[in-house]
Amino acid sequence: MADVTMRIWRGDDKGGQLVDYRIEGNEGEVVLDVIHRLQATQAPDLACRWNCKAGKCGSCSAEINGMPRLMCMTRMDQLPAGPVTVTPMRTFPIIKDLVTDVSFNFEMAKRVPAFNPPPAPEGGYRMAQVDVERGQEFRKCIECFLCQNVCHVIRDHEDNKAHYAGPRFFIRYAELEMHPLDTNDRRELVRERMGLGLCNITKCCTEVCPEHIKITDNAIIPLKERAVDAHYDPVAWLGRKITGRKKRSADEAAALRP
Amino acid sequence: MADYESHSYDVIIIGAGGAGLRAAIEAKGRGLNVALICKSLLGKAHTVMAEGGVAAAMGNVYSEDNWQVHFRDTMRGGKMLNNWRMAQLHAQESPDRVRELEGWGALFDRTKDGRILQRDVGGHRSARLAHVGDRTGLELIRTLQQKAVSMDIDVFMECKILKLLQDAEGRVSGAIGYWRPTGEFISFTAKAVVLASGGVGKSWKYTSNSWEGTGDGHAMAMWAGADLIDMECVQFHPTGMVWPLSVRGILVTEGVRGDGGVLRNSDGKRFMFDYVADMFRAETAESEEEADKWYDDHTAGRRPPELLPRDEVARSINSEVKAGRGSPHGGVFLDIASRRSAEFIRRRLPSMYHQFMELAGVDITATAMEVGPTCHYIMGGVRVDADTTATTVPGLFAAGEVAGGMHGSNRLGGNSLSDLLVFGRRAGMGAADYVEGRTGTPTIDHDELEAVVQESLKPFTRETGENPYDIQRDLQEMMQSNVGIIRTGSELEEALVELDKLVERADNVAVKGGRVYNPAWNLATDLPSMLTVSRSVTLGALNRKESRGGHTREDFPKPDPEFGKVNLVLSQPSGGGMHGEIKISPEPLLQMPDDLKVLFEETK
Ligand SMILES: Cc1cc2nc3c(=O)[nH]c(=O)nc-3n(C[C@H](O)[C@H](O)[C@H](O)COP(=O)(O)OP(=O)(O)OC[C@H]3O[C@@H](n4cnc5c(N)ncnc54)[C@H](O)[C@@H]3O)c2cc1C
Ligand code: SF4
Ligand code: SF4
Ligand code: FES
Repeated sequence: MADVTMRIWRGDDKGGQLVDYRIEGNEGEVVLDVIHRLQATQAPDLACRWNCKAGKCGSCSAEINGMPRLMCMTRMDQLPAGPVTVTPMRTFPIIKDLVTDVSFNFEMAKRVPAFNPPPAPEGGYRMAQVDVERGQEFRKCIECFLCQNVCHVIRDHEDNKAHYAGPRFFIRYAELEMHPLDTNDRRELVRERMGLGLCNITKCCTEVCPEHIKITDNAIIPLKERAVDAHYDPVAWLGRKITGRKKRSADEAAALRP
Repeated sequence: MADYESHSYDVIIIGAGGAGLRAAIEAKGRGLNVALICKSLLGKAHTVMAEGGVAAAMGNVYSEDNWQVHFRDTMRGGKMLNNWRMAQLHAQESPDRVRELEGWGALFDRTKDGRILQRDVGGHRSARLAHVGDRTGLELIRTLQQKAVSMDIDVFMECKILKLLQDAEGRVSGAIGYWRPTGEFISFTAKAVVLASGGVGKSWKYTSNSWEGTGDGHAMAMWAGADLIDMECVQFHPTGMVWPLSVRGILVTEGVRGDGGVLRNSDGKRFMFDYVADMFRAETAESEEEADKWYDDHTAGRRPPELLPRDEVARSINSEVKAGRGSPHGGVFLDIASRRSAEFIRRRLPSMYHQFMELAGVDITATAMEVGPTCHYIMGGVRVDADTTATTVPGLFAAGEVAGGMHGSNRLGGNSLSDLLVFGRRAGMGAADYVEGRTGTPTIDHDELEAVVQESLKPFTRETGENPYDIQRDLQEMMQSNVGIIRTGSELEEALVELDKLVERADNVAVKGGRVYNPAWNLATDLPSMLTVSRSVTLGALNRKESRGGHTREDFPKPDPEFGKVNLVLSQPSGGGMHGEIKISPEPLLQMPDDLKVLFEETK
């Protein structure tokens, strides 16, 4: 097959530039295959992350021709003719070449109050398929962090990282909130300390999600509605008081985590 | 002496797949100071890729299922080479381990009455695999990861351990490695070390394994004086993708067959009916009609032959292709399109649908897939005590794919994820008990540490030398053709000679650039374990002069009852790392007690 030109960002935290590589193309290849062949031949120290090569682990996120994507799920023959530009995710600090420092996401994961179910009955919990399906959608998340990468709240405002969980973690809060067994109330927490209010529903996150999770429609919007209910709905609040609250309050839940 | 970042823990766990995470949760729960170390980011280990499910005799679909049947299936699947005690503990404890995950937030697919749904796969008599569509591994690793994070376990991500360190008495007392993002070295002292480093598949050309599967744990254990067993027992999964070439080897879950998919040759024939071994004849369907009834009601017919254990299916596919009845790209056809509705396929097998659509341009609801065997899993591994997971070296424990014995000569689908949970927990307990009984503060030998560091930096000091990628490629091609699915004595002899040459070349690796996230250097530091493990597998294969489970010898095509009584034990009595001589000797299997033996007599 004809040669292809790969235009790859090479550099580190001090800076870098796009470098062109010519290499032959092979039938059926994805971008990650070509990167691997470059490593084996022309650029042994070219850094990138990968594990599964099948869209299951979320390691190989990058921007291909400016579009945030998984390198292992982007077929070369589906990209327009001409050089293929591969650059690292923009929102995270560069470590080297295509590898960025995604530790922000692991820090945010630590701040999620743990799942807290009632003790299991003999023979295990019973849950209906319809009830688990809502959570299952969010649990498809492969933690590629592409949604975090495109969300303008952190992309354009570095300082928001301190108090903004981002779409990946909004779906995590939504999943727990909708879990048939969870007893922690996280609604005020996500509103007050995780920056839910900063999201203005641009849906950029949903558009890039390789797992096709409807992040905005199925997680963020319902979460916003519920958070508002928790805050303003005196009847619901009173109801909880009278019936004996089943869920821990936001403060109690937050106190469980750093 | 140079100063390196150093840490001190009660227990360090090398590997953050299912086994490592489960071990960490257990040890931390015991109040110990625990570090979890992994080569990739947290949550990216092989475990995340597991598809079909986790095996546990919960009896949610067929209430007559119980641990004895699971135990029996596991032993028969492993052709009785298994450590019976591991197989027993595994069958007994896996239901609790799976249910426990629900208490930590996992959401499995449900039965109509709200319990965990279970699916069929090869070799299990009952529908036994708890699952979430075909992304069970993701559910499992994420659940454990979230639990571990909520317990404030210290995680060292993208940190590669190079070698275990021992004190003067030979107890394992720490480890030395480096951070991949910076290339800086880091050392640990620890009262106990748990190996949970996964498998070895990356030394073959066509494999379902990622770059991580280089057998570091197997090699480091042997370098430290531990025994390995039955390393010749490598599983070639019958169904990997075969086309496009660049995705060759990527796994197609056995769940496809469990959910009704069948294998056909170029004549459209369901050829598996021609390959039913005597051992399985009594329980396998004789006709397509009988087999097809079974999917809906296991009492209406016997099992379809597509669901024989993996070694049987992989060899059959190999024979069909050799006989000229393969698919255009050298595999066979896996057909679910003509047998199940598009809606059913998309719901039950969403990631397979996605994978074929995106990578091969094939719509599996309309067309058959092309599949062929791929190197998938190693049954052999570090010899451990079943109850505690202790290896033969004091202070060193092993669980998950790196440990040997549980699966004998062939593993059944779903039995790995359950193995991780059962023995991951037991490794945490075993290490904790050991730590509580251990006296003195662990010490490490700084000269040894310094020697490891200097050795690993040598590739930077060579002006010219071998490209590590070339060595890796040549190793993979050699192992694929000489130590692949069908083996023979002369090719194995040849492989040993080739391995000597590859070791020599590895001694001359040169790497350019800095230490910061340098994949060429990272690969150079993986080569010693890949070569050590490849030699172990080859030696095992040469010495086991029979065919059993995942190990097939063309020149010894039948199982030999005498070999069926022994493990092949590998060790390095005089050390030497990848250059060291490996000793191999048969040792009798553990003796199964009479009350378990009965389970096999009744059904003969
Ligand atoms: C595609 C695929 C599908 C599968 N499907 C199923 C299935 O449906 N059911 C089933 O039961 N099994 C399945 N398996 C098998 C199963 O997933 C694996 O056997 C299992 O996940 C191994 O788990 P583990 O915890 O032992 O190791 P892994 O999950 O492989 O983790 C190994 C860990 O060790 C770390 N590590 C290794 N070396 C070092 C080092 N030198 N320093 C630091 N860290 C190190 C790695 O970074 C990683 O964190 C599948 C496997 C694959 C590849
Ligand atoms: S919808 Fe909200 S979370 Fe998603 S990208 Fe837009 S602002 Fe960010
Ligand atoms: S929600 Fe989607 S885009 Fe975001 S991290 Fe998960 S898989 Fe990636
Ligand atoms: S390598 Fe796993 S998602 Fe791309």
